Amino acid sequence: MKKIIGIGAIVALSVVAVVYVASASRSSATGSLDLNARESVLFIDGSGKVGQFSRTDPASGVVTDRSCLRAYTSAGTTVCMRSVAVPPSFEADVLGPDLAVRRVIKLDGTPSRARVSDSGNLVGWTVFREGDSYMAPGYFSTTSGIFDRRSGTLYGSMEDFTSFVDGVEHHAVDRNFWGVTFADDDRTFYVTLGSGAKTYLMRGDLADRTLRSVIENAECPSLSPDGTRVAYKKRFGDRWRLHVMDLASSRETALAEEAHMDDQAAWLDGSTIAYSRPVDGIPGIFTVPADGSGEPKLLRGNASSPAVIGG
Amino acid sequence: MYVTTEPLRGAARSTAKVPSTVLALGMVSLFTDISAEMVTAFLPMYLVYGLGVGYLQLGLIDGLYTGATALLRLLGGHAADRTGRPKTVAAFGYGLSAATKLGFPAAGGSLGAIGGLLALDRAGKGIRTGPRDAIIAMSAPPDTLGRAFGVHRMLDTIGALLGPVVAFTLIAITAQAYDAVFVVSFCFAMVGLVILLVWVQQPVGTRAKKKISVREGLRLLVRPEYRRLCLCAMFLGLATVSDAFILIAAQQRTGVSQNLLPLLPLGIAVTFLCAAIPVGRLADRIGRWRVFLVGHGLLLAVYGLLMSGLGGWPVLVLALGLHGLFYAATDGVLMACAGPLLPDEVKASGLAVLQTGQALARTVAAVLFGVGASLVGLGPAFAGYAVVLVIAVVASWRLR
Repeated sequence: MKKIIGIGAIVALSVVAVVYVASASRSSATGSLDLNARESVLFIDGSGKVGQFSRTDPASGVVTDRSCLRAYTSAGTTVCMRSVAVPPSFEADVLGPDLAVRRVIKLDGTPSRARVSDSGNLVGWTVFREGDSYMAPGYFSTTSGIFDRRSGTLYGSMEDFTSFVDGVEHHAVDRNFWGVTFADDDRTFYVTLGSGAKTYLMRGDLADRTLRSVIENAECPSLSPDGTRVAYKKRFGDRWRLHVMDLASSRETALAEEAHMDDQAAWLDGSTIAYSRPVDGIPGIFTVPADGSGEPKLLRGNASSPAVIGG
Repeated sequence: MYVTTEPLRGAARSTAKVPSTVLALGMVSLFTDISAEMVTAFLPMYLVYGLGVGYLQLGLIDGLYTGATALLRLLGGHAADRTGRPKTVAAFGYGLSAATKLGFPAAGGSLGAIGGLLALDRAGKGIRTGPRDAIIAMSAPPDTLGRAFGVHRMLDTIGALLGPVVAFTLIAITAQAYDAVFVVSFCFAMVGLVILLVWVQQPVGTRAKKKISVREGLRLLVRPEYRRLCLCAMFLGLATVSDAFILIAAQQRTGVSQNLLPLLPLGIAVTFLCAAIPVGRLADRIGRWRVFLVGHGLLLAVYGLLMSGLGGWPVLVLALGLHGLFYAATDGVLMACAGPLLPDEVKASGLAVLQTGQALARTVAAVLFGVGASLVGLGPAFAGYAVVLVIAVVASWRLR
């Protein structure tokens, strides 16, 4: 009798699980991406699907059936970082102008940031992991890599590059890198180095595989379209605030967003910055002027990972 | 060498079946591990993409509970002995962990609530471990304990391997409907609990004639053989480099592509689960302590391979395979070793003390290795640990 109840309970639990999963599996695709559109934004919907909306009408747009955790696009090259079931892991899919997968890069960690150079030639990403034992428990390590589509070269980890902080080679094993952004020459890039309790904005060179510090306390850089300014988040205690620095003068400007945010910003144009931050526990895409004026505006709710399509 | 239950040659080949309670407990662990590893694998993704939580807050959620888990493990062991009902105490632990799975969707974006649920989940794990291993030790005939623990650990590891697959498959087919992962995880945990309640027998003879006080428990636990075993296990634990560093070193030293890093832990786990039963049988036959120490010899070989400067595929496969065998020769085998040394009245707490001591020693070893590696580099750090390991193995061989 006891065994019959046991078997009955197991059958009932199986039914509950199957029914719940079946009811949660619905397709919500409303269209496909148009990478030739103008003034348009690629984003990831709250359902985890890639979508696209027009800057002039952000509430409308399409949601496709492609699942990504983080995505970015430029000049016909799109990167989609996603989870894979077997073996359970993550990968970065590099898509061509026809949105077909051209290259799959296996990732060692949960996707965090993604970027494509303006030319579409370079793809950069960041993943994070828990539990590398050189860290205090509960802290994270990150890895950033770059893929060069022209040569097929994979720079698997920035830890393989030689880092210089204030001109001195930096050897520490606790080096972590996150948030790659590319300059126009397809050789220079910027990335954050975290080591000890400090973070540095680093200028990298793909050709000689070096990284040199620019300033301290600047994370997840994002170069402006004209390459003269860099937007980043600056840490104050346990909060981050968006700042923009003019690279020629090193003058730093705090942007009008005062709420805590944790994202790699994207420039929608030369004067507007987009980023996501949670609103009532759900991520939404905001914009804020790049010169410190004005105030943040919610561009689209229940959305994240903004990237400009067609300037 | 102690020889309490050295069976005749060939006895382990006997067709005597593994007790149904041990098989059932193996299935309980399989389903519970699917449930637990689903959540572990998927939590970072859920927090960052489901809830929009940043790194900084993530650091606050995790990693605060190691000490609490150790304490609860001791309490779970003691409660099982004191009541004489290890199954009931284990069921409480399994039930507590199962219940937390439904709490995650309800907790929403509240980091305090999520941290609390993780703490409860780990509390459940801590409470059930000692009583569970005590039931195995009391249910299986003493001469086949190694094999019984081998069967249990194999099923346990299969569950741990399947969990992330189930979670990531659900995310793929449900378009990241994160609640579905928690609901399915809860269902798996409940299946485990049902199997425990229906198919696992409360071991006979464990109903304490009188309640065991903490003082009496401690007195039983300081028996010299058992005490030496604990000290040796801790000493060996202090010479054990954590998986994370083994994997980093394996990747760096053998120059294998970074792309394959996610597959390396899989290699260790698959070797472990394939070898758990044969190595357990071998331990029953030639002596569990001997196999336990040989296992640490294999770990020494792993250190040697990683320090040797040899590169390429064969070295990587050999190192991971040996590391998997190290687990097969040490994890369940240590419990099988300690089981017969402990009277039934203190079996659960005795095993819990041993597990906790070993776990704490390994935690200390992991932290010290991290410090050492950052000061002198990976190679010298491995060399240092190899020296300590040799001393620990030799000392343990002579002590027993």
